[in-house]
Amino acid sequence: MELIYLLFILVLSVFLGFALISRVPPLLHTPLMSEANAICGIIVIGALIAAGKDANSPLTIILGTSAVALAAFNVVGGYLVTERMLKMFKKKDTK
Amino acid sequence: MSSEFFTNFVYIISSVLFAFGLKFLGSPVSARRGNMLSSLGMLLAVLATLCGGHIINFQWILIGIIIGSSLGALVAVRTEMTKMPQMIALLHGCGALASVFVDWVAYQVHGATDLTNAITLYLSIVIGGLTVTGSAIAWGKLSEKITGKPILFSGQKWLNSAIVIAIVILGIMFIVNPARYDLFLIILVLSLFFGVFMVIPIGGADMPVVISVLNSYSGVVACTTGFVIHNTLLIVVGALVGANGIILSIIMCKAMNRSITNVLFGAFGNVVKKTGIDEKKEAKAINVEDAFLILENAKSVVIIPGYGLAVAQAQHAVRELSEFLEKNGCDVKYAIHPVAGRMPGHMNVLLAEANISYDQLMEMDAINPLMEGVDVAIIIGANDVVNPASRHDKSSPIYGMPIINADKAKTVFVLKRSMATGFAGIENELFYYDNCRMIFGDAKQTVQALVAEFKSSQ
Repeated sequence: MELIYLLFILVLSVFLGFALISRVPPLLHTPLMSEANAICGIIVIGALIAAGKDANSPLTIILGTSAVALAAFNVVGGYLVTERMLKMFKKKDTK
Repeated sequence: MSSEFFTNFVYIISSVLFAFGLKFLGSPVSARRGNMLSSLGMLLAVLATLCGGHIINFQWILIGIIIGSSLGALVAVRTEMTKMPQMIALLHGCGALASVFVDWVAYQVHGATDLTNAITLYLSIVIGGLTVTGSAIAWGKLSEKITGKPILFSGQKWLNSAIVIAIVILGIMFIVNPARYDLFLIILVLSLFFGVFMVIPIGGADMPVVISVLNSYSGVVACTTGFVIHNTLLIVVGALVGANGIILSIIMCKAMNRSITNVLFGAFGNVVKKTGIDEKKEAKAINVEDAFLILENAKSVVIIPGYGLAVAQAQHAVRELSEFLEKNGCDVKYAIHPVAGRMPGHMNVLLAEANISYDQLMEMDAINPLMEGVDVAIIIGANDVVNPASRHDKSSPIYGMPIINADKAKTVFVLKRSMATGFAGIENELFYYDNCRMIFGDAKQTVQALVAEFKSSQ
């Protein structure tokens, strides 16, 4: 039964995504992509749950910890690089 | 139950903040605020998860976060703007790998609990696996650790088909009997192989599409992982990112007048023969001094950058040149084709880095109607995106591709190393037009020489 709610959320989110992203000008497509990378790092919350389990198998520990590290890399790297790029987009006073 | 409610409530707030982050990217004025809101949403989501009560063991989390964040910060600060495409490819790969690991832990600990779980688990490791290695190959190609040319070998199609069929058959077997750990591992390994074979036949100039498609996949994986571990926020964000990748892929393909299947499976580029340009025609070269005299009298100049600008790192020299031109009373604009460079928006970032005001950066559709009134069009490191053959030559492989109409300008300068063809391997008839002059040599040195002429004339 829960599946149908998850699908419901999925479909609406796809529409939201299309509506929001089709408004981003080509000027900002590279920062858009790095921003998408950063929010894709949301997998970190899945990784936290995976790494925070009462660990008894080394495989789970290794996989969980690596997942946290990779996702954290995405989040921090993605947001910082987006910020760096956006800072460069300036409008000069023509006079 | 109440802590579950609390966590999910914070997830709603995070989703809203992510949505606003994307909305504010609609304008360069608000974009930084959007990035800030988005990162706040991420922080809230992480804190809510940590306090959610599911986590018993914090030591490994801490180690993972410290390693990941410090590496991420280091890479983000160090990466040069010209190397941004490979950085993005690297991030795609890391995100997908993290998703695969999360799926794996879920499978290891709980097994596949029901049919839906088995199906989403299967989809997740297949798409995740091929995104990991596909991104790795894209990273290698973009950073030129692997050749940018399509890698082809005989039997490639058969091998690919065999892998796909194997993945499908093993997948059905896995879904029917999800306790088979061996099948899980074999499917994962096959998907990893498939990612490699998927990207190696694609040439360097098609990378904008590949990057966009991988972006979409990395979102889809986050989404399927959300289904595996029943996490709504993963589904929402995965859908947003997936939509992002799809939109960008469509824009890139339209700008090349090709379908996604043609880009991903066409391996076009190495087979194209020369088109019927009269071999006897000769392109007219011009030296820097004469080019300067023409530029000095120009009232409007349009600069058309391509990947060659990034290779030559000429963006700062170009800005200097345009400052001198403006001082001279000339109107300077930049015309940017959607597929110029190696990723969507690549040229805009480079020119912004060189401190060029973003209102001078014009999209193709905005600049084309104005081209006839332009005195000089300067093409720097671009080729196929200004080839007029796409408008009239039906035999040309790029026929129908929208281009920047550089040839309509009164004079066209082409800064180029040699007469070599562009990625599509086609002669550019623009070079033989009467209003076109070639300035051979390294783009950066040529632009610097022009700047020196302006300096000495003052």
